[in-house]
Parts: sequence; structure tokens; C-alpha cells
Amino acid sequence: MMLHREQNKGVNILHSEDKRVVSIRHLQKSFNDKVVLRDVNLDLYEGENLVVLGRSGTGKSVTIKCMVGLINADGGDINVLGYDVQKLNIKELNDLRKQVGFSFQGSALYDSMSVRQNLEFPLKRNLGVYDPDELEQRIMNALDDVGLKNAVDLMPAELSGGMKKRIGIARTLILNPKIMLYDEPTAGLDPITSQEINDLIVGVRDKYKTSSIIITHDIASARQTGDRIVVLIDGVNALEGTFGELQNSGHPELEAFFSYN
Amino acid sequence: MSKFLLELARIARFVAKTVRHFFISFEFREMINQCFIVGYRSLFLIGFTAFIAGIVFTKQSRPSLASFGAESWLPSLVSQAVVRSLGPLITGLICAGKLGSNIGAELGSMKVSEQIDAMEVSGTRPFSYLVVTRVMATTLMLPVLVVYTDVIALVGSYLMVNMINNSSLQLFFNEVSVSITYLDIFSSLIKSAFFGFAIGIISCYAGYHTTGGTSGVGKAANTSVVVSMIFIFVIDLVSLQFINLFR
Repeated sequence: MMLHREQNKGVNILHSEDKRVVSIRHLQKSFNDKVVLRDVNLDLYEGENLVVLGRSGTGKSVTIKCMVGLINADGGDINVLGYDVQKLNIKELNDLRKQVGFSFQGSALYDSMSVRQNLEFPLKRNLGVYDPDELEQRIMNALDDVGLKNAVDLMPAELSGGMKKRIGIARTLILNPKIMLYDEPTAGLDPITSQEINDLIVGVRDKYKTSSIIITHDIASARQTGDRIVVLIDGVNALEGTFGELQNSGHPELEAFFSYN
Repeated sequence: MSKFLLELARIARFVAKTVRHFFISFEFREMINQCFIVGYRSLFLIGFTAFIAGIVFTKQSRPSLASFGAESWLPSLVSQAVVRSLGPLITGLICAGKLGSNIGAELGSMKVSEQIDAMEVSGTRPFSYLVVTRVMATTLMLPVLVVYTDVIALVGSYLMVNMINNSSLQLFFNEVSVSITYLDIFSSLIKSAFFGFAIGIISCYAGYHTTGGTSGVGKAANTSVVVSMIFIFVIDLVSLQFINLFR
């Protein structure tokens, strides 16, 4: 296995290059006159939790939405699991999407469906699973993973914010994705529930061997969930390293971030 | 003006995408579910409105006919008015209000709460599931609802006639069946299918392209209703000119 030492903004990181599952180079995106992403470069390695940290509006969510083709990038290269995202037709894009789980900031549960139906939906439509026993088993396993077996017949409106997040994660896990993308997983949650979600994210990596990108501005979440952290400032990945390395980097914006949190 | 033309081009592309997705992946079960929502859940409102419209139209028309001594023509007049124009128009306008706002708001709130994005990223083709099924349901169910409206409106009309003239049901409906032609029925059903298609497409377009949070949802619902109603009148006018070629 070839080991690759990457010099990035003064921080040294060791990785095996042949286990790279996501590679983003010179990603650019503007909305009308507003430039959101200027030059983003990211790598995600197999079994790794990568945290993308940054202030609101720095393009963190836009980056992961570009990865799954929800937003079309203006320039740069995005390679996910060997797929060149910008050159995929709709069928190839759907094939890729089935291997990537996306946990939305607002959970995005289908509010006209119960928890059971929310979890059934991707199973029936993506995997063609219609056998009631198999559906039941898979749903209960996924809910067991997030500790919410007893919520199976509730409607999304009956769930708390933390429960919604966990059900959202269960809905993506049920398809056994190779990559998980978490968009602000602890936003709007109290510290205890945030801690539970962070534990869940780490647990998912350990149990399912997924690689994950966690978008956050929550330092506590970054520390707890991230094997490596990339900091986006003004649409550029300005810093990269472990939590400890970044804490000692002396970068003024990051200092403000740490001191505020 | 250029903004308006650009919007029209986008709607045309949306229509083309809907037709294409109908052939790519047709969601039969969900379409049946939507047919149930569109049809069954509109029955009371449409039936109630049609019944009252039948009574009012008969009561309003009777004095004019009576002044010419042509009261016996009342069933013919009412049936032609109901089948040719009143039935489709009442159904279309009520569906534009009820279904248009429902579809626009539902898809709009799904859009702003990222539910549509969630379907998209899980590779489940939300366009086929959400848009094509709704457009198909409104297109298929509007003609069915129009038949229902026509029957209820004529029953309302009969009750009014019966209260005044003590006419028999058989006599009334004999007059009705003589005065309406197959062309009346056929053109009415085709026209209402176009009404349904317009309501479905416009509402889905407004909902699917909602931006701006909860205020955007309200705007989408409002746009769905207003634009659908305008289109219903335009389609009614165009179809009238077209049908007259065959009369």
C-alpha cells in the first residue's frame, strides 16, 4: 500500500492514496454574482470521518451538494467512488447516489409518511424489496442502529429534532451506503442530543465502515466526530489537519472560532 | 416581456420532461393513489356546488323562457348549458382552487424542506413519483368529475323544475337525452382532460420550483390557483372555437 504525505497549508497528513473515495479539485461555484466556492480541494479516504468546518455562507453545504449532483459546479473536478460527477448521465448519477447517504440539515423526512414508510420508501424504490418480512427486518435493524425502534409508527410531526435527525440517518443507512454526507448534523440541537448524534456518527463509521464528510460549524461536534478537519474560509479550503493541529495553528479566524465555541 | 417568455420556455421544458418521464418510469401505484386523492376527496365539494348551480341556473332561466311561453324547453336549455359549459367550468374552477393549492403547497413545502432533494439524492426519481403521477391523476380524473358534476347539476335542476311544474323524472331526463349530442359529451370530456392537465402541470411547476421558505410555499399555492384558473378560461375559449367547427 502506497503511503502519501500531503503538505497542505502547513499541516502534514499521512494517507494511503489508493483508498481515496472522494477527490475534489479546484471546485468553483457562483450564484449570480456571488462567488461561493473559489477553489476547493478535498480528499476523503476509506473509513475516514472528514469534518468540513466553516462559518455560514462559506460554501460547506454547496460542496457536498455538488458531490451528489444536487448543484452543478461551475468548474473543477469531482470524483466520487470513481465516478466523474460532472460527466454522468442521469442513470449513472442515480447509480452513484444509491451508494452515497445524505443526511440533511432539516432531516428532510417525508412528512406525509410515517417513520416506517419513510424507511420503506428507499427500500422499495431502490432495491425493489417488497417482501413484508424482509422490509420489517431491515427497518427494525436500521431503527435499532439509531436507538429508535419504538418510533416506527410515529409521524415525523410527532418526533423531536434529535429523533428526526436520527431517523434521517437511519433512512440513509438502510441502503448500506459507502459514503455518508452529514449536513450540519447537530444544528439546532441541545448539547446532550448533539452528543448523541455525534456518538451515532462515530458509531456508523465503526459499524458500517463508511467514509463520511460532516459539515458543521460546531467545534464540539468537529472534535468528537472528525478524524481530520478541513476549514473553509471564503470559498477556499484554508486549513487542514487534526483537531489538535488546528487548535495550535494560530490562524486568526480559527482562533475566533475556537474561543467563541 | 423577456422574463415572461423565459418562464413560458421553462414551463414548456417542464411539460416535455413530464411526458418523457411518463415513458421512462411510470409509477402506477402512486398514480392510483393520486387519482383517489384528486377524485374521491373532491366529490363532496364538487357535488355540493354542482347541485346548487343546477338549482340556481334553472330558477334564473325559467322566467325568461316563461315570458316567451317556452317553459317546456327548460330541461333542454339547462342540460345543454350544463354539459357543454357549466359542468366542465365549475369542475375546472373548483379543482383549480382545491387541487391547485393543494399540489402547489404540498410540493412547495417538500421543496423548501429538502424532501425533494432527499428523494433526488437517494436515486428515487422524484419527478416521476411526484409530478408525473399528479399530472396524470388530474388529467384522468377531471373528465370523471365532470360527468359527476353534470349528473348532480341536472338532478338539482330537476328538483327545481319538479317543485314548480311537478314534472316527472323520466320526462325531464328524456328531454335531456334528446337535447344533448355525443359531440357535446365528447367535447366536454376532452376539454376537461385539458383542464386537468393544465391544473396538474401548473401546480406541479409552481410547487417544484418553490424558493424562499414558507412565504414561497404560499406564493406557489397562490400561483397554482390563479394561473390554473386563467388557463381554464383560455382553454374553454379555444375549445369553443374549435368545437364550433364540427357543429
